[in-house]
Amino acid sequence: MSRRVVVTGMGVVAPNGVGLPAFLAAIQAGVSGIRFVPQYQELNFSCQVAGKPEFNWEGLTNYISEVSFHGLKATNIGYGIAAALDAWADAGYEYNTDTPRWDTGCVFGNSIADTEAMKNVITKVDNKEAKKLGSRVVEQAMNSGVTSYISGRLGLGNKVVTNSVACATGTQAILMGYEYIKHSYATRMLVGSAEHVDTYVYGAFDSMRVLSRKFNDAPEKASRPMSLTAGGFVPGSGAGALVLEDLEYALARGARIYAEVLGGATNSGGQRGGGSMTAPNPEGVTRCVQDAIRNSGIDASQIDLVSGHLTATMADKQEIQNWAAALGRHGSSFPMINSLKSMIGHCLSAAGSIETVASILQIQHGFVHPNINLDDPNPEIEEIINMDCLPTKLVKKEINIVAKANFGFGDVNSCLLFSKI
Amino acid sequence: MEELKTILKPYTVDKELLAGINDNTDLIKDLKINSANLVDVIIDAEAKYNVEIDYDSAEEMTNVGSCIDIIMKKLNTVE
Repeated sequence: MSRRVVVTGMGVVAPNGVGLPAFLAAIQAGVSGIRFVPQYQELNFSCQVAGKPEFNWEGLTNYISEVSFHGLKATNIGYGIAAALDAWADAGYEYNTDTPRWDTGCVFGNSIADTEAMKNVITKVDNKEAKKLGSRVVEQAMNSGVTSYISGRLGLGNKVVTNSVACATGTQAILMGYEYIKHSYATRMLVGSAEHVDTYVYGAFDSMRVLSRKFNDAPEKASRPMSLTAGGFVPGSGAGALVLEDLEYALARGARIYAEVLGGATNSGGQRGGGSMTAPNPEGVTRCVQDAIRNSGIDASQIDLVSGHLTATMADKQEIQNWAAALGRHGSSFPMINSLKSMIGHCLSAAGSIETVASILQIQHGFVHPNINLDDPNPEIEEIINMDCLPTKLVKKEINIVAKANFGFGDVNSCLLFSKI
Repeated sequence: MEELKTILKPYTVDKELLAGINDNTDLIKDLKINSANLVDVIIDAEAKYNVEIDYDSAEEMTNVGSCIDIIMKKLNTVE
Protein backbone atom coordinates (compact mmCIF):
# COMPACT_ATOMS: atom_id res chain seq x y z
CA MET A 1 0.00 0.00 0.00
CA SER A 2 1.34 3.39 -0.85
CA ARG A 3 1.97 5.72 2.03
CA ARG A 4 0.96 9.33 2.57
CA VAL A 5 3.80 11.80 2.96
CA VAL A 6 3.87 14.92 5.10
CA VAL A 7 6.19 17.85 5.75
CA THR A 8 7.30 18.06 9.38
CA GLY A 9 10.30 20.39 9.26
CA MET A 10 11.54 23.30 7.18
CA GLY A 11 14.68 25.41 6.90
CA VAL A 12 15.50 28.35 4.66
CA VAL A 13 18.40 30.60 3.72
CA ALA A 14 16.88 33.26 1.47
CA PRO A 15 18.01 36.68 0.23
CA ASN A 16 15.19 38.37 2.19
CA GLY A 17 15.39 36.24 5.33
CA VAL A 18 17.55 33.55 6.91
CA GLY A 19 15.57 31.17 9.12
CA LEU A 20 11.81 30.57 9.08
CA PRO A 21 10.64 33.49 11.30
CA ALA A 22 12.61 36.12 9.35
CA PHE A 23 11.60 34.63 6.00
CA LEU A 24 7.90 34.47 6.98
CA ALA A 25 7.91 38.11 8.09
CA ALA A 26 9.67 39.16 4.87
CA ILE A 27 7.32 37.40 2.46
CA GLN A 28 4.26 38.68 4.34
CA ALA A 29 5.53 42.27 4.21
CA GLY A 30 6.78 42.01 0.62
CA VAL A 31 10.40 42.74 1.53
CA SER A 32 12.89 42.63 -1.34
CA GLY A 33 16.22 40.93 -0.81
CA ILE A 34 17.76 42.37 -3.98
CA ARG A 35 20.82 44.60 -3.52
CA PHE A 36 23.29 46.51 -5.67
CA VAL A 37 26.65 44.69 -5.93
CA PRO A 38 29.53 47.19 -6.45
CA GLN A 39 31.81 44.40 -7.71
CA TYR A 40 29.45 43.77 -10.63
CA GLN A 41 29.74 47.41 -11.65
CA GLU A 42 33.55 47.16 -11.56
CA LEU A 43 33.33 44.02 -13.72
CA ASN A 44 31.26 45.86 -16.36
CA PHE A 45 28.28 43.54 -15.98
CA SER A 46 25.05 44.86 -17.50
CA CYS A 47 23.05 43.63 -14.51
CA GLN A 48 24.59 44.77 -11.22
CA VAL A 49 22.05 43.58 -8.67
CA ALA A 50 21.54 40.22 -6.97
CA GLY A 51 19.74 38.48 -4.15
CA LYS A 52 22.26 37.29 -1.58
CA PRO A 53 21.33 35.98 1.87
CA GLU A 54 22.70 37.83 4.88
CA PHE A 55 24.45 34.71 5.96
CA ASN A 56 26.71 34.42 9.00
CA TRP A 57 29.47 32.15 7.69
CA GLU A 58 31.15 31.74 11.10
CA GLY A 59 27.76 30.62 12.43
CA LEU A 60 28.23 27.33 10.56
CA THR A 61 30.21 26.12 13.58
CA ASN A 62 26.79 25.78 15.28
CA TYR A 63 26.01 23.06 12.73
CA ILE A 64 29.29 21.28 11.98
CA SER A 65 32.52 20.63 13.88
CA GLU A 66 35.30 23.22 13.81
CA VAL A 67 37.47 20.69 12.01
CA SER A 68 34.84 20.33 9.29
CA PHE A 69 34.34 24.11 9.17
CA HIS A 70 38.08 24.73 8.81
CA GLY A 71 38.71 24.49 5.10
CA LEU A 72 35.06 24.79 4.04
CA LYS A 73 35.02 27.30 1.18
CA ALA A 74 32.02 26.40 -1.00
CA THR A 75 29.22 28.87 -0.32
CA ASN A 76 26.46 26.65 -1.74
CA ILE A 77 27.45 23.88 0.68
CA GLY A 78 27.32 26.31 3.60
CA TYR A 79 23.81 27.44 2.64
CA GLY A 80 22.69 23.83 2.19
CA ILE A 81 24.04 22.72 5.55
CA ALA A 82 22.26 25.55 7.38
CA ALA A 83 18.89 25.03 5.67
CA ALA A 84 18.96 21.24 5.97
CA LEU A 85 20.05 21.12 9.60
CA ASP A 86 17.53 23.82 10.53
CA ALA A 87 14.80 21.72 8.89
CA TRP A 88 15.96 18.65 10.81
CA ALA A 89 15.88 20.50 14.14
CA ASP A 90 12.54 22.10 13.20
CA ALA A 91 11.09 18.60 12.81
CA GLY A 92 12.10 17.95 16.42
CA TYR A 93 15.17 15.79 15.78
CA GLU A 94 18.67 15.82 17.29
CA TYR A 95 21.73 16.15 15.04
CA ASN A 96 23.93 13.59 16.81
CA THR A 97 23.63 9.84 16.39
CA ASP A 98 26.11 7.03 17.04
CA THR A 99 24.61 4.69 14.47
CA PRO A 100 23.43 5.46 10.94
CA ARG A 101 19.79 6.40 10.52
CA TRP A 102 19.02 3.60 8.07
CA ASP A 103 15.41 4.67 7.59
CA THR A 104 16.32 8.20 6.47
CA GLY A 105 17.75 9.41 3.16
CA CYS A 106 18.61 12.69 1.51
CA VAL A 107 17.89 14.17 -1.91
CA PHE A 108 19.56 17.55 -2.18
CA GLY A 109 20.24 19.36 -5.44
CA ASN A 110 22.55 22.03 -6.75
CA SER A 111 23.73 23.36 -10.11
CA ILE A 112 27.47 23.63 -9.96
CA ALA A 113 30.36 23.63 -7.53
CA ASP A 114 31.35 27.09 -6.29
CA THR A 115 33.56 28.37 -9.15
CA GLU A 116 34.78 31.26 -7.03
CA ALA A 117 36.12 28.77 -4.48
CA MET A 118 37.54 26.65 -7.30
CA LYS A 119 39.49 29.64 -8.59
CA ASN A 120 42.03 29.07 -5.82
CA VAL A 121 42.44 25.49 -7.03
CA ILE A 122 42.91 26.51 -10.66
CA THR A 123 45.49 29.15 -9.70
CA LYS A 124 47.52 26.72 -7.59
CA VAL A 125 47.48 23.98 -10.21
CA ASP A 126 48.48 26.41 -12.95
CA ASN A 127 51.33 27.64 -10.72
CA LYS A 128 52.53 24.04 -10.39
CA GLU A 129 51.54 24.03 -6.71
CA ALA A 130 48.98 21.24 -6.81
CA LYS A 131 50.69 19.69 -3.78
CA LYS A 132 49.45 22.59 -1.65
CA LEU A 133 45.76 21.98 -2.34
CA GLY A 134 45.17 19.64 0.58
CA SER A 135 42.43 17.18 1.36
CA ARG A 136 39.36 19.40 1.28
CA VAL A 137 39.07 20.35 -2.38
CA VAL A 138 37.60 17.22 -3.94
CA GLU A 139 34.72 16.91 -1.49
CA GLN A 140 33.68 20.48 -2.27
CA ALA A 141 34.22 20.31 -6.02
CA MET A 142 32.13 17.17 -6.43
CA ASN A 143 28.49 17.72 -7.23
CA SER A 144 27.48 15.56 -4.30
CA GLY A 145 29.35 17.81 -1.85
CA VAL A 146 26.12 19.24 -0.41
CA THR A 147 24.46 15.88 0.24
CA SER A 148 27.71 14.45 1.61
CA TYR A 149 28.07 17.15 4.27
CA ILE A 150 24.38 16.96 5.25
CA SER A 151 24.06 13.19 5.38
CA GLY A 152 27.43 12.86 7.12
CA ARG A 153 26.51 15.29 9.89
CA LEU A 154 23.16 13.58 10.50
CA GLY A 155 24.25 10.00 9.86
CA LEU A 156 21.62 9.48 7.15
CA GLY A 157 21.84 5.86 6.04
CA ASN A 158 19.20 5.45 3.35
CA LYS A 159 19.31 6.68 -0.26
CA VAL A 160 21.59 9.72 -0.55
CA VAL A 161 21.49 11.39 -3.97
CA THR A 162 22.34 14.74 -5.51
CA ASN A 163 20.01 15.83 -8.30
CA SER A 164 20.49 18.54 -10.87
CA VAL A 165 17.97 19.77 -13.45
CA ALA A 166 18.80 23.48 -13.57
CA CYS A 167 15.94 25.66 -12.27
CA ALA A 168 13.67 22.63 -11.72
CA THR A 169 16.16 21.03 -9.30
CA GLY A 170 14.52 21.99 -6.00
CA THR A 171 11.00 20.85 -6.88
CA GLN A 172 12.39 17.64 -8.37
CA ALA A 173 14.41 16.89 -5.22
CA ILE A 174 11.24 17.15 -3.12
CA LEU A 175 9.34 14.97 -5.57
CA MET A 176 12.05 12.27 -5.48
CA GLY A 177 12.05 12.23 -1.68
CA TYR A 178 8.25 12.02 -1.66
CA GLU A 179 8.23 9.08 -4.07
CA TYR A 180 10.82 7.22 -2.01
CA ILE A 181 8.68 7.36 1.12
CA LYS A 182 5.44 6.74 -0.78
CA HIS A 183 6.88 3.48 -2.11
CA SER A 184 8.08 2.48 1.38
CA TYR A 185 11.82 2.56 0.70
CA ALA A 186 12.39 5.10 3.47
CA THR A 187 10.48 6.52 6.42
CA ARG A 188 12.00 9.99 6.36
CA MET A 189 13.75 11.99 3.64
CA LEU A 190 15.64 15.26 4.05
CA VAL A 191 15.14 17.09 0.74
CA GLY A 192 15.94 20.46 -0.77
CA SER A 193 18.48 22.35 -2.83
CA ALA A 194 21.15 25.02 -2.63
CA GLU A 195 22.60 27.60 -5.00
CA HIS A 196 25.37 30.16 -4.88
CA VAL A 197 25.45 32.31 -8.01
CA ASP A 198 29.13 33.18 -7.96
CA THR A 199 30.75 35.90 -10.08
CA TYR A 200 31.62 33.57 -12.95
CA VAL A 201 28.21 31.94 -13.28
CA TYR A 202 26.62 35.38 -12.96
CA GLY A 203 28.83 36.71 -15.75
CA ALA A 204 27.78 33.89 -18.06
CA PHE A 205 24.10 34.67 -17.52
CA ASP A 206 24.83 38.37 -18.00
CA SER A 207 26.37 37.59 -21.37
CA MET A 208 23.19 35.76 -22.44
CA ARG A 209 21.32 39.08 -21.99
CA VAL A 210 18.66 37.42 -19.88
CA LEU A 211 19.26 39.51 -16.73
CA SER A 212 17.46 42.63 -15.53
CA ARG A 213 19.69 45.58 -16.45
CA LYS A 214 17.55 48.71 -16.22
CA PHE A 215 17.14 48.89 -12.46
CA ASN A 216 20.73 48.94 -11.19
CA ASP A 217 19.98 52.23 -9.43
CA ALA A 218 16.78 50.81 -7.84
CA PRO A 219 17.73 47.22 -6.91
CA GLU A 220 14.54 46.45 -5.02
CA LYS A 221 12.54 47.15 -8.18
CA ALA A 222 14.78 45.07 -10.45
CA SER A 223 12.86 41.77 -10.22
CA ARG A 224 9.48 42.44 -11.91
CA PRO A 225 7.72 39.21 -12.87
CA MET A 226 4.64 39.62 -15.10
CA SER A 227 5.11 43.37 -15.51
CA LEU A 228 5.37 45.27 -18.77
CA THR A 229 8.83 46.45 -17.73
CA ALA A 230 10.08 42.94 -16.88
CA GLY A 231 13.40 42.92 -18.67
CA GLY A 232 15.12 39.81 -17.38
CA PHE A 233 15.65 37.98 -14.13
CA VAL A 234 17.79 38.85 -11.13
CA PRO A 235 20.10 36.04 -9.92
CA GLY A 236 19.52 34.97 -6.34
CA SER A 237 21.27 32.58 -3.98
CA GLY A 238 20.29 30.52 -0.98
CA ALA A 239 18.86 27.16 0.06
CA GLY A 240 15.61 25.58 1.17
CA ALA A 241 15.05 22.25 2.91
CA LEU A 242 12.16 20.07 4.07
CA VAL A 243 11.87 17.01 6.26
CA LEU A 244 9.40 14.62 4.63
CA GLU A 245 7.94 11.76 6.67
CA ASP A 246 5.55 8.90 6.36
CA LEU A 247 2.26 10.23 7.77
CA GLU A 248 1.76 7.29 10.17
CA TYR A 249 5.28 7.69 11.52
CA ALA A 250 4.79 11.42 12.03
CA LEU A 251 1.45 10.88 13.79
CA ALA A 252 2.89 8.16 16.04
CA ARG A 253 5.61 10.45 17.32
CA GLY A 254 3.22 13.38 17.71
CA ALA A 255 5.07 15.54 15.17
CA ARG A 256 3.87 18.97 14.12
CA ILE A 257 2.65 18.56 10.52
CA TYR A 258 2.91 21.56 8.17
CA ALA A 259 1.25 20.06 5.10
CA GLU A 260 0.80 16.95 3.03
CA VAL A 261 2.64 16.35 -0.23
CA LEU A 262 -0.24 15.18 -2.41
CA GLY A 263 1.91 14.27 -5.39
CA GLY A 264 3.78 15.66 -8.32
CA ALA A 265 5.39 15.03 -11.66
CA THR A 266 8.60 15.78 -13.50
CA ASN A 267 9.18 15.57 -17.24
CA SER A 268 10.86 17.18 -20.21
CA GLY A 269 9.41 18.78 -23.31
CA GLY A 270 12.12 16.97 -25.25
CA GLN A 271 13.38 20.28 -26.72
CA ARG A 272 10.76 19.83 -29.42
CA GLY A 273 7.52 21.62 -30.27
CA GLY A 274 8.82 25.08 -29.38
CA GLY A 275 11.01 23.75 -26.61
CA SER A 276 14.78 24.27 -26.72
CA MET A 277 17.77 24.32 -24.38
CA THR A 278 16.43 27.58 -22.92
CA ALA A 279 12.68 27.58 -23.69
CA PRO A 280 10.00 25.14 -22.54
CA ASN A 281 7.83 23.15 -24.91
CA PRO A 282 4.33 24.33 -23.80
CA GLU A 283 2.97 20.81 -24.16
CA GLY A 284 5.67 19.50 -21.80
CA VAL A 285 4.64 22.07 -19.20
CA THR A 286 0.92 21.38 -19.43
CA ARG A 287 1.49 17.63 -19.32
CA CYS A 288 3.71 17.99 -16.26
CA VAL A 289 1.11 20.06 -14.39
CA GLN A 290 -1.74 17.75 -15.42
CA ASP A 291 0.22 14.63 -14.47
CA ALA A 292 0.97 16.15 -11.08
CA ILE A 293 -2.72 16.91 -10.53
CA ARG A 294 -3.75 13.40 -11.57
CA ASN A 295 -1.09 11.78 -9.38
CA SER A 296 -2.36 13.85 -6.47
CA GLY A 297 -5.91 12.59 -6.87
CA ILE A 298 -7.45 16.06 -6.93
CA ASP A 299 -9.30 18.17 -9.47
CA ALA A 300 -7.71 21.31 -10.97
CA SER A 301 -10.66 23.33 -9.66
CA GLN A 302 -9.52 22.62 -6.07
CA ILE A 303 -6.25 24.54 -6.42
CA ASP A 304 -6.32 27.74 -4.34
CA LEU A 305 -2.90 29.09 -5.16
CA VAL A 306 -0.27 28.68 -7.86
CA SER A 307 3.32 29.42 -6.94
CA GLY A 308 4.68 30.13 -10.38
CA HIS A 309 8.14 29.88 -11.85
CA LEU A 310 7.70 33.42 -13.31
CA THR A 311 11.22 34.75 -13.56
CA ALA A 312 10.48 38.20 -15.09
CA THR A 313 11.36 37.45 -18.69
CA MET A 314 9.32 37.24 -21.86
CA ALA A 315 8.50 33.66 -20.86
CA ASP A 316 6.13 34.86 -18.09
CA LYS A 317 3.20 35.33 -20.45
CA GLN A 318 3.72 31.90 -22.01
CA GLU A 319 3.88 30.38 -18.53
CA ILE A 320 0.54 31.93 -17.54
CA GLN A 321 -0.94 30.64 -20.76
CA ASN A 322 0.39 27.14 -19.99
CA TRP A 323 -1.03 27.21 -16.45
CA ALA A 324 -4.44 28.35 -17.74
CA ALA A 325 -4.45 25.58 -20.35
CA ALA A 326 -3.25 22.92 -17.91
CA LEU A 327 -5.79 23.85 -15.23
CA GLY A 328 -8.60 24.60 -17.69
CA ARG A 329 -9.16 27.82 -15.73
CA HIS A 330 -9.12 31.29 -17.32
CA GLY A 331 -10.13 34.85 -16.49
CA SER A 332 -11.66 35.16 -13.03
CA SER A 333 -11.84 31.40 -12.51
CA PHE A 334 -8.03 31.21 -12.43
CA PRO A 335 -6.60 30.67 -8.92
CA MET A 336 -4.44 33.19 -7.10
CA ILE A 337 -0.89 33.17 -8.45
CA ASN A 338 2.31 34.70 -7.14
CA SER A 339 6.02 34.80 -7.82
CA LEU A 340 8.42 34.81 -4.90
CA LYS A 341 11.08 35.88 -7.40
CA SER A 342 9.68 39.41 -7.24
CA MET A 343 11.29 39.58 -3.77
CA ILE A 344 14.32 37.30 -3.91
CA GLY A 345 15.17 36.99 -7.61
CA HIS A 346 15.72 33.69 -9.32
CA CYS A 347 17.65 31.33 -7.05
CA LEU A 348 18.10 28.79 -9.91
CA SER A 349 18.56 25.34 -8.34
CA ALA A 350 17.47 26.67 -4.95
CA ALA A 351 14.34 28.33 -6.37
CA GLY A 352 12.09 25.28 -6.08
CA SER A 353 12.93 24.51 -2.47
CA ILE A 354 12.81 28.11 -1.20
CA GLU A 355 9.53 28.72 -3.06
CA THR A 356 8.13 25.48 -1.62
CA VAL A 357 8.96 26.66 1.90
CA ALA A 358 7.07 29.87 1.04
CA SER A 359 4.14 27.85 -0.37
CA ILE A 360 3.84 25.79 2.79
CA LEU A 361 4.07 28.85 5.03
CA GLN A 362 1.13 30.28 3.07
CA ILE A 363 -0.87 27.11 3.77
CA GLN A 364 0.13 27.12 7.44
CA HIS A 365 -0.62 30.78 8.10
CA GLY A 366 -3.48 31.31 5.61
CA PHE A 367 -2.20 34.04 3.33
CA VAL A 368 -1.08 34.80 -0.21
CA HIS A 369 2.17 36.74 -0.36
CA PRO A 370 2.21 39.82 -2.57
CA ASN A 371 3.75 40.06 -6.03
CA ILE A 372 5.93 43.09 -5.51
CA ASN A 373 6.93 45.44 -8.36
CA LEU A 374 3.78 44.61 -10.28
CA ASP A 375 2.95 48.31 -10.83
CA ASP A 376 2.51 47.81 -14.56
CA PRO A 377 1.08 44.35 -15.28
CA ASN A 378 1.69 43.04 -18.77
CA PRO A 379 -1.63 43.64 -20.62
CA GLU A 380 -1.15 40.38 -22.53
CA ILE A 381 -1.32 38.53 -19.20
CA GLU A 382 -4.51 40.43 -18.33
CA GLU A 383 -6.05 38.94 -21.45
CA ILE A 384 -5.56 35.44 -20.02
CA ILE A 385 -6.31 35.83 -16.32
CA ASN A 386 -8.13 38.33 -14.15
CA MET A 387 -5.91 40.85 -12.35
CA ASP A 388 -7.56 39.91 -9.04
CA CYS A 389 -5.62 36.65 -9.30
CA LEU A 390 -2.38 38.64 -9.01
CA PRO A 391 -2.27 40.17 -5.53
CA THR A 392 0.12 43.10 -5.10
CA LYS A 393 -0.60 43.24 -1.37
CA LEU A 394 -0.79 40.54 1.27
CA VAL A 395 -4.11 38.66 1.09
CA LYS A 396 -5.35 36.85 4.20
CA LYS A 397 -7.14 33.76 2.95
CA GLU A 398 -7.45 30.11 3.80
CA ILE A 399 -5.22 28.14 1.45
CA ASN A 400 -5.92 24.42 1.18
CA ILE A 401 -4.09 23.38 -1.96
CA VAL A 402 -1.03 24.94 -3.61
CA ALA A 403 0.50 23.98 -6.96
CA LYS A 404 4.22 24.72 -7.17
CA ALA A 405 6.15 24.34 -10.41
CA ASN A 406 9.55 25.20 -11.84
CA PHE A 407 10.88 24.99 -15.38
CA GLY A 408 14.55 24.84 -16.28
CA PHE A 409 17.21 24.96 -18.96
CA GLY A 410 17.23 21.71 -20.89
CA ASP A 411 13.41 21.95 -21.21
CA VAL A 412 12.82 20.23 -17.86
CA ASN A 413 9.71 20.67 -15.69
CA SER A 414 8.72 19.73 -12.15
CA CYS A 415 5.40 20.28 -10.42
CA LEU A 416 4.25 19.52 -6.85
CA LEU A 417 0.93 19.76 -5.04
CA PHE A 418 0.68 20.45 -1.31
CA SER A 419 -2.38 20.54 0.89
CA LYS A 420 -3.40 21.43 4.39
CA ILE A 421 -3.87 18.41 6.64
CA MET B 1 55.83 20.96 20.71
CA GLU B 2 53.73 24.09 21.29
CA GLU B 3 54.15 25.12 17.65
CA LEU B 4 53.08 21.68 16.49
CA LYS B 5 49.96 22.00 18.63
CA THR B 6 48.93 25.11 16.66
CA ILE B 7 49.34 23.18 13.43
CA LEU B 8 47.33 20.20 14.70
CA LYS B 9 44.59 22.27 16.33
CA PRO B 10 42.30 22.86 13.31
CA TYR B 11 42.22 19.13 12.60
CA THR B 12 41.59 17.89 16.16
CA VAL B 13 37.94 17.58 17.13
CA ASP B 14 38.63 17.09 20.85
CA LYS B 15 40.85 20.01 21.86
CA GLU B 16 41.42 18.51 25.32
CA LEU B 17 43.34 15.61 23.81
CA LEU B 18 45.71 18.15 22.32
CA ALA B 19 46.70 19.56 25.73
CA GLY B 20 48.12 16.25 26.88
CA ILE B 21 50.18 15.20 23.88
CA ASN B 22 53.69 13.76 24.16
CA ASP B 23 56.22 12.28 21.74
CA ASN B 24 54.33 9.00 21.56
CA THR B 25 50.91 10.48 20.82
CA ASP B 26 49.65 8.93 17.58
CA LEU B 27 47.95 11.44 15.28
CA ILE B 28 45.24 9.09 14.08
CA LYS B 29 44.76 6.65 16.97
CA ASP B 30 45.17 9.03 19.91
CA LEU B 31 44.28 12.46 18.51
CA LYS B 32 41.53 11.01 16.30
CA ILE B 33 42.65 13.09 13.33
CA ASN B 34 40.95 12.01 10.11
CA SER B 35 43.58 10.22 8.00
CA ALA B 36 42.71 12.40 4.98
CA ASN B 37 43.60 15.46 7.07
CA LEU B 38 47.21 14.30 7.60
CA VAL B 39 47.92 15.79 4.18
CA ASP B 40 46.68 19.14 5.45
CA VAL B 41 48.88 18.90 8.56
CA ILE B 42 51.89 18.36 6.30
CA ILE B 43 50.95 21.24 3.98
CA ASP B 44 50.50 23.56 6.96
CA ALA B 45 53.86 22.49 8.39
CA GLU B 46 55.53 23.10 5.03
CA ALA B 47 54.08 26.58 4.87
CA LYS B 48 54.94 27.45 8.47
CA TYR B 49 58.59 26.37 8.30
CA ASN B 50 59.14 26.98 4.59
CA VAL B 51 60.36 23.43 4.05
CA GLU B 52 59.39 20.69 1.65
CA ILE B 53 58.31 17.37 3.10
CA ASP B 54 58.62 14.57 0.55
CA TYR B 55 56.30 11.55 0.33
CA ASP B 56 58.66 9.21 2.18
CA SER B 57 59.18 11.58 5.09
CA ALA B 58 55.44 12.32 5.24
CA GLU B 59 54.67 8.63 5.67
CA GLU B 60 56.87 8.55 8.77
CA MET B 61 54.94 11.40 10.42
CA THR B 62 52.57 9.21 12.40
CA ASN B 63 53.11 10.47 15.91
CA VAL B 64 54.06 13.74 17.59
CA GLY B 65 57.71 12.76 18.06
CA SER B 66 58.25 11.78 14.43
CA CYS B 67 56.56 14.99 13.24
CA ILE B 68 58.99 17.09 15.28
CA ASP B 69 61.99 15.01 14.24
CA ILE B 70 61.21 15.27 10.54
CA ILE B 71 60.42 18.98 10.62
CA MET B 72 63.70 19.63 12.55
CA LYS B 73 65.63 17.48 10.07
CA LYS B 74 64.18 19.40 7.10
CA LEU B 75 64.93 22.73 8.79
CA ASN B 76 68.55 21.71 9.36
CA THR B 77 68.90 20.59 5.75
CA VAL B 78 67.70 24.00 4.58
CA GLU B 79 70.26 25.76 6.78
